[in-house]
Amino acid sequence: MKILVPIKRVVDYNVKVRPKADESGVDLNNVKMAINPFCEIAVEEAVRLKEGGTATEIIAVTVGSSASQEQLRTALALGADRAILVETDIEVEPLAIAKLLKGVVEKESPDLVILGKQAIDGDNNQTSQMLAALTGYAQATFASELKIEGEKALVTREVDGGLQTISVNLPCIVSTDLRLNEPRYASLPNIMKAKQKPLDVIEAGSLGVDIEPRNKTLKVSPPPVREAGIIVETVDDLVDKLKNEAKVIT
Amino acid sequence: MSILVIAEHDNEEIKASTNNVVTAATNLEGDIHVLVAGSNCSGAKDQAAKISGVAKVLVADSPEYEHCLAENIADLIVAISADYSHILSPATTNGKNYMPRVSALLDVAQISDITAIESSDTFERPIYAGNCIATVQNSDSKKVITVRTTAFDAAQNDGSAEVVDLQESHNLGISEFIKEEIAESDRPELTSADVIISGGRGMQNGDNFKILESVADKLGAAIGASRAAVDSGFVPNDYQVGQTGKIVAPNLYIAVGISGAIQHLAGMKDSKVIVAINKDEDAPIFQVADYGLVADLFTAVPELDAKL
Repeated sequence: MKILVPIKRVVDYNVKVRPKADESGVDLNNVKMAINPFCEIAVEEAVRLKEGGTATEIIAVTVGSSASQEQLRTALALGADRAILVETDIEVEPLAIAKLLKGVVEKESPDLVILGKQAIDGDNNQTSQMLAALTGYAQATFASELKIEGEKALVTREVDGGLQTISVNLPCIVSTDLRLNEPRYASLPNIMKAKQKPLDVIEAGSLGVDIEPRNKTLKVSPPPVREAGIIVETVDDLVDKLKNEAKVIT
Repeated sequence: MSILVIAEHDNEEIKASTNNVVTAATNLEGDIHVLVAGSNCSGAKDQAAKISGVAKVLVADSPEYEHCLAENIADLIVAISADYSHILSPATTNGKNYMPRVSALLDVAQISDITAIESSDTFERPIYAGNCIATVQNSDSKKVITVRTTAFDAAQNDGSAEVVDLQESHNLGISEFIKEEIAESDRPELTSADVIISGGRGMQNGDNFKILESVADKLGAAIGASRAAVDSGFVPNDYQVGQTGKIVAPNLYIAVGISGAIQHLAGMKDSKVIVAINKDEDAPIFQVADYGLVADLFTAVPELDAKL
C-alpha cells in the first residue's frame, strides 16, 4: 500500500502571532516555523502503518515556497520515504491546494491519503474534504483511530457528541485529529539519513490547475481585548462577586 | 436569490446551532430556507418550521441521510444549490465535514467559521487560534460558509415556515456508518450552555471530575475540559474546549486547574464572565479571567460547592 501524506509549513504552535501595525496582514517576521502539528500526526500514522507491514511506501508532499523543503525533510526524518514539493510563491487557498494535490494523487495513485484536519495558521479545516470531493474518494475526517481491513478503512472519528465509526472504500482521504497518535521525535541519525532521501520539486504551474485566490484579505486586526480582571482572596469573595457584581449566579 | 441554511439535528430535534446560523443568515439579503436532511426526521422538520425568520423548510427524509455521511449530504446540497447565493452551516463537526466537500464540488472557496457579516461578500473570521481577526472578501458567485455559532444569538422559535418534501436520493455508496458512541447526559450541551465548568491537567485524574459535577448540578452547568485533560484520558474527547475542540461563549465559564494555553483560550475567551481557579498564580489563564482565585482546587472547589 502506498500512502500520500500532504503536510504544511506553519508558524510554530507556541508562537503568539499578532497583526501588523497597519493591519495589512499577520506579522511573521523572524517567527519560528514548523510542520503543522496535525500533519505531524498524519506522518506518524503513515509510519506506523509501514512499521506494521500494511504500507510499503510513504510520500510526503507539500504546496508552498522552497522554504517548505525544511518541513519535507522533517517528514523524511520521521520516516517518509520520499518527498515532493509543489512549488509556488502565491499564498494558496485550501481549494487551490486540493486541486494541486489532486494532480499529485493522479500521478502517484496512492491507496490512502492522510492529512491533518486543520492547519493552525488559517484554521480552515477544508483541504482534506476538498481533496476527497475532487478525487471522488470517500472521506474520513477527524480520525482518532484508523484500521485498514482489506479494501476498506475502518475509521473512528471525533464528533461533537462523542465518537463515530465509519467504513470507507479505499482509496480514501483521512484527516487526523489529536488523539490518533503521539508523534515521535526524529532521531539524529534519521535526520542525517533524511538529507539523502529523494525530494522532487514540481512547478505548481505544470499541474495545469487554477490556483488564483478567491478570497481577498481586506485587513487583519487584533481580537477584542478583555479588560484585566481581579484576584479574589477567598471563595466567599468569589461567590459574592459572581452574585452581586457580575450577577451571573443567583 | 435565497439563502440556504443546513440544519444541525439528530432526526428528532433541531440543535440550537441551527438557530444561531439562521440569525447569521438574517444579515444577508434573501429568503431563508432550511434544509433538514435525515431519516425519520419529522421531529426535526417540525421544529425547523418554527424557527423565526425561516421562509421554507426543505426536507430530504431518506435512510442514506441518517448519519450525515459527508459524501451523500454534499451531493444533496450541490443538487439543490442552483437557487442560492449563500449556503451556510454551523461550524459543528458535521458542518466542517460536509461543507468543504460542497465547496469543492461547486468550485468555490469556503469561508470557515465566520464571526461577523459585513456585507454579502465580506466576512470576519478568526485565524491563528483567534489571535487575529481577518476580514475577507470572497469573489465567488456562490458563498459557502460555516458559522461560529457563539458569534450569533439563537433565532426564536415562533415562526411557521412552509414545508417542502424533496425527492432527492444521493447515495454514493463509498462510505458506511458502523456505530457511534454518543455520551448521554442530562446536562446542557457545551456549545449552548449558559454556564460551563471545565477541568484541566490540575484535576489529576478522571475521578476528580466528580467534584466539578456537584458544582455543575447546582449551576445547571455543562462540564468541559482542556486538551491536556482529554489527552490524559480523564474525560472523553467531546469535553474538549479549544481551538480544535468546541468553541464556547457562556455567560459564566469556570476554569479549574487549567493553565490557559493559547489553544484553550481560543475556545473560551469570548465567554461573558471568566473565573479561574488555579494554584499557580503565574498561569496565563489569570490574564483573561475576570475573577481569579489562587488556591488549591481540591479545597476551593468543594468550598465553592458548599456555598452555592
